[in-house]
Amino acid sequence: MKKLLTLMVNGRPREDAVAENALLIDYLRDTLGLTGTKQGCDGGECGACTVLVEGEPRLACSTLAHSAEGRHIETIEGLSTAGNLSRLQRAFHEHLGAQCGFCTPGMIMAAEALLRRTPQPSRDEIRAALAGNLCRCTGYVKILDSVEAAARCGDVAEVAA
Amino acid sequence: MGALSEFRLMRATSAADAVRLRGEFPASRFIAGGTDLLPNMRRGLTGAEVLIDLGGVDEIRELRRDGDVLRIGAGVTLATLSADPTVVARLPALAQAALAVAGPTHRRAATLGGNLCLDTRCQYYNQSEDWRRGNDFCMKRSGDVCRVAPKSSRCYAAFSGDVAPALLALGAEVEVLGPQGLRRLPLADFYIDDGMAWLALGPDELLVAVMVPLVAGRTSAYEKIRVRGAIDFPLAGVAVALRRDGELIGELRVACTGVSSRPEFIAGLDELVGKPLDDAALATMERHLKRGIQPMETTLVSVPYRRRATPLLAKRLVRRLWEEARQGA
Repeated sequence: MKKLLTLMVNGRPREDAVAENALLIDYLRDTLGLTGTKQGCDGGECGACTVLVEGEPRLACSTLAHSAEGRHIETIEGLSTAGNLSRLQRAFHEHLGAQCGFCTPGMIMAAEALLRRTPQPSRDEIRAALAGNLCRCTGYVKILDSVEAAARCGDVAEVAA
Repeated sequence: MGALSEFRLMRATSAADAVRLRGEFPASRFIAGGTDLLPNMRRGLTGAEVLIDLGGVDEIRELRRDGDVLRIGAGVTLATLSADPTVVARLPALAQAALAVAGPTHRRAATLGGNLCLDTRCQYYNQSEDWRRGNDFCMKRSGDVCRVAPKSSRCYAAFSGDVAPALLALGAEVEVLGPQGLRRLPLADFYIDDGMAWLALGPDELLVAVMVPLVAGRTSAYEKIRVRGAIDFPLAGVAVALRRDGELIGELRVACTGVSSRPEFIAGLDELVGKPLDDAALATMERHLKRGIQPMETTLVSVPYRRRATPLLAKRLVRRLWEEARQGA
């Protein structure tokens, strides 16, 4: 049965009739068309569907849409502003942190939560924060390099905006 | 993975309200973090007509110290637990165990209560519906034979939570709320050695809190072996709590996970109290430990390996804590 879901997505208020058994990933991708959030393993094992709920990383494939009632959801689509890439998006582009790109939105959202919490993380802190995000292409070195680079150019205001 | 079956989602406003709803709707289940329940529902391993969301129940998210007892609400997330200053300083096994569960994103959603009530696992059970049908199912779901022990009348799925062994070693008690009110029991009595009915929890009871004693002079640690260090369930996990009196063992408590259908507190180690920690003591511990565990073919990793690795993990932890206790004294 559908129920009204009221929440914020990428800074905009939304009200949608959503099935009680809908997962957050299905709501984001199918109802809102925000297909940047990827469906990888679809069982909570790969991190590709990571989004931010109240600034905290969450697996959208293992979260009920209605559990986000009244919360603020952020997806990869919400990071760029006025056509400009966020510092993490730019760093992943410049440091070749994306290869096939499928894990990238999840990687960037998990890294985004880390940089807001810890603006200058150590390499080990980055590894720990991304431990649940699997990449099948690059072998992680360039991903870690990209997050380090984003932290170095750290304009916190830009990230928070 | 399949879609979620149809269900009604109800938001409990208090623990008592959650228990009332559970009584009102027999085909219901509680949901907290949902990191285990939702994938399991999508694999057809469990179903519910009503899910009772515990996300709005603030009273089970309290973590507070009452004198020499730390009271931890069942709704406290594993991320909060692993970073709490009292837990890190006084109950390191608990902090390490909470940190060893899955990946960082899971731990922000997953709760203490969810990990303690975690469904038992098996390579013949944690599979898609098609996979299990191709194998004619197993007795834990839809079938009538235990694929791990076909002649057995019981299911041998392994309890695979990381936090329970730490809390067993630390001597925790749990508080359970039912229609008749609160009851309190040792955590060891909360578990049953049966892969299909591993919790001594009534159908309309809710685990609300865990009480952990803060014992002076006690050190503790948790370690597990797993396929991928970043994320996996334990192939075997061991928690140790130790108190050193000079050159003698003052207290030694060991518990394991992943190697039985319940988290296993290793009985018989009291005989080592008052003795030095030498090779004979470690051999005695190994003997008790091997008697207490029963790894079965519930994982792709072989039984002999897990049977050998479990006492090795325990010995490594005991030696390390023994040295740390000497340096700390």
